[in-house]
Amino acid sequence: MLKKILKLDEDLAKDGPRSSKVHSVAALFDTPDEIIHAAAETSNAGYDKYDVYTPYPVHGMDAAMRMKETVIGKFAFLAGFTGVSLAVAMIGYMSGFDYKNIIGGKPFFNLPASIPIMFELTVLISGLFCVFGMLLLWNKLPQISNPLHDTNFMKYTSSTRFGVAIEASDAQFDVDKVKSFLAGVGGKDIEVVYYPEENIVPQTPIFNRQFIYTLILVAIVTALGTYGAIGKLVNILPFDWMHNQFKVNPQNTSTLFKDGRSMQRPVDGTVARGYMPYEYTGMPDSLVKLLSNPVPMDEKSITRGKKQYNTYCSPCHGYFGAGDSRLNGQFPNPPTLHSKKVREWADGNIYNVMTNGQNTMPSYAKQISRDDRWAIVNYIRVLQRAENAKDTDLP
Amino acid sequence: MAFDSTYTRELPLVDSRSSFAEIDDTVLAPTERKPSKKWFVAFLMANTALLIGAICVGYTLYYGIGMWGNNNPVGWGFDIINFVFWIGIGHAGTLISAILFLFRQKWRTAIARFAEAMTIFAVMTAGIFPILHTGRPWLAGYLLPYPNQNALWVNFTSPLLWDVFAVSTYLTISFVFWGIGLIPDIALMRARAVSGIKKSIYAILSLGWKGSNRDWQNYERVYLILAGLSTPLVLSVHTIVSFDFAVSVIPGWHTTIFPPYFVAGAIFSGFGMVSTCLIILRKVYDMENIITLNHIEKMNKILLATGTMVGYAYGMEFFIAWYSGNPFESFVFINRAFGPYAWAYWIMIACNVGFPQLFWFKKIRRNIGITFVLVLLVNVGMWFERFVIIVTSLHRDFLPASWGMYIPTMYDLGILLGSFGLFFTLLLLFVKVMPSVSLAEIKAVVPGAQPTHHHHSEEH
Repeated sequence: MLKKILKLDEDLAKDGPRSSKVHSVAALFDTPDEIIHAAAETSNAGYDKYDVYTPYPVHGMDAAMRMKETVIGKFAFLAGFTGVSLAVAMIGYMSGFDYKNIIGGKPFFNLPASIPIMFELTVLISGLFCVFGMLLLWNKLPQISNPLHDTNFMKYTSSTRFGVAIEASDAQFDVDKVKSFLAGVGGKDIEVVYYPEENIVPQTPIFNRQFIYTLILVAIVTALGTYGAIGKLVNILPFDWMHNQFKVNPQNTSTLFKDGRSMQRPVDGTVARGYMPYEYTGMPDSLVKLLSNPVPMDEKSITRGKKQYNTYCSPCHGYFGAGDSRLNGQFPNPPTLHSKKVREWADGNIYNVMTNGQNTMPSYAKQISRDDRWAIVNYIRVLQRAENAKDTDLP
Repeated sequence: MAFDSTYTRELPLVDSRSSFAEIDDTVLAPTERKPSKKWFVAFLMANTALLIGAICVGYTLYYGIGMWGNNNPVGWGFDIINFVFWIGIGHAGTLISAILFLFRQKWRTAIARFAEAMTIFAVMTAGIFPILHTGRPWLAGYLLPYPNQNALWVNFTSPLLWDVFAVSTYLTISFVFWGIGLIPDIALMRARAVSGIKKSIYAILSLGWKGSNRDWQNYERVYLILAGLSTPLVLSVHTIVSFDFAVSVIPGWHTTIFPPYFVAGAIFSGFGMVSTCLIILRKVYDMENIITLNHIEKMNKILLATGTMVGYAYGMEFFIAWYSGNPFESFVFINRAFGPYAWAYWIMIACNVGFPQLFWFKKIRRNIGITFVLVLLVNVGMWFERFVIIVTSLHRDFLPASWGMYIPTMYDLGILLGSFGLFFTLLLLFVKVMPSVSLAEIKAVVPGAQPTHHHHSEEH
């Protein structure tokens, strides 16, 4: 294994064979003054496809090469503008439109509080676009297999010296003429750079087909695995120990009972609390009067009956049952409760009217509880007796 | 000229007129030779610390954050202290690489790369803490606004969310800034590489950089733009971190001085850490000619300036506590200086305001030994600053019935140790595999590296 690695290391270090196709003619210079001079001369001589190679940016080189100002700054501005617009759109949509939450009584889209994120996204988008734009669009990188790499020329220009390379694609390129031109402007170690025999890239084992397929396979497996794992993790309930307890929940199955229901049906004939059946609906008065009053006529029930009567009955029937409605004719006035008919009714009949309604009067069974209705009956009896008092009633 | 010309003379940025080849050899030596025994000892120590931290994090994940000393009323403990501490450490790197770049401070070139690497590692270390602090780190995805099945969006008015955006933007931008700085240097390493495997790796990492002037033109402009973007970014990051406190209504936190005070403190602590590491680095790797005594002195001046700013902020907090007439505010500050955590307060004052005043003396600024002790104290002091701000403001609640004390557990201490372990492990690996000084930048400021002016006059 180790031997194999060492062998690979040696193979990779070797320079690949070069073809006879010329890429460029390159010359080296020792000082920054010389290279600035050479660049200006090359530009003046009318060469177009050439470049200057330096280990660090040399001041004044752009002017010497007569290069145009780069437009990358404008690109950065546009990217930054995109970033801030994106932030406004994102925050505006999410908190101003899609998920409105009142936070501290502020507007849903709260501009001052959004400024930090607007700023951060401006910087992020602008910075990333700028860097990747420079690398990919302007400098056309990555370009690992440029013929200039692995030459003596590049070894020097990336470290200690400066160089000019005039490329064969230039209109007035001629190997001998370019050589003598570069010697004329003070170039040393003039070198003709040939294209490699074949592209360097396929020789490098990391561009080996098997390796790339393995890499793609690993990428897919990792991506799917991560996707699955994240899907599982994100769906964990944050506090599930309160939700999942060792108890039987309604509407679920149970192994305890034969029918498998966790919520058992009630025994036949079970009466739910407050739902006592009422069997007198629609019966003639003669039968309804058999219904007897379970609430005793005492001070407590009369007081209760008075309160409920004044609340629910008095708007139409009047405080004393005379039928003097306070509703100014919005509904027809009911007859008096002191008529002979009502006075002679059994308690059950009065209770039945309250429970089921009569003529325009609706049912009050929903508003007034059963016991309160009987208490109101007791209070009506009190009103009737007071209105038709006899001398013997006086103490 | 009436005045002495030596008075305004710039000190040389690189000593002894080193040639380009010498600079290359010095800086690339750690990446090209086998690491020394000292490196392995340091790496082992850092790894041990990292392992202890990892075990404590494992316990925390398994049993929950009940393993920590956080309690009621001190709900923020070592987790947030360490977060603010490490984020602060990162700020020096961006200050050196971006702000000093805009101010054309050429001396930054020798220390910028290393400080930027520190920024990235410090922010990575810092990022662990708020995620652990949430208690369920596996749900951290909910911090980002993404369309989820619960139809929920994040709260854009919360400083904690601003933190998420600020810290992740800061890490990303610092990383690309550092990355494009490395490209030309890796291209140089590719050209120098003897080993074929290394050569292939460098070829890919350098993206095939050729160093052509047409590339440099765009590169330099992008570097300038990134510096321009990073400058407000670095100020915004610690401002937003300070909002985590200042936007609350806790006496001791709810103050408008927090953003500038935090930024000054961050730069102060960051320079402390940069100095600590560089003093060791230049000694171990014989880089005294590149990271010179002049650099150390300049950093000490910045330490003095920012330390004094931090001291001003401490004083101003007390003044406002008295001037506002708010009894809760004045109670918190008197309690800070004379209450149960007074020891932490006075450690902070001594290390951040007291000892750095020694840097007024040139002899001390240029003495490596004393400087090293003082910058170590700055690191300690700045950690205690965050401890004081967080713990003393929380441990005395409005009602005496809810008063409490904060005592860290061994898991807290283990995770703190582990954070140093992670940081130094990453730093040691960086120093081993990448050039810790930017070669393209430092060569550009070596005397004689730029053309003299007579060519320009020729053209005109």
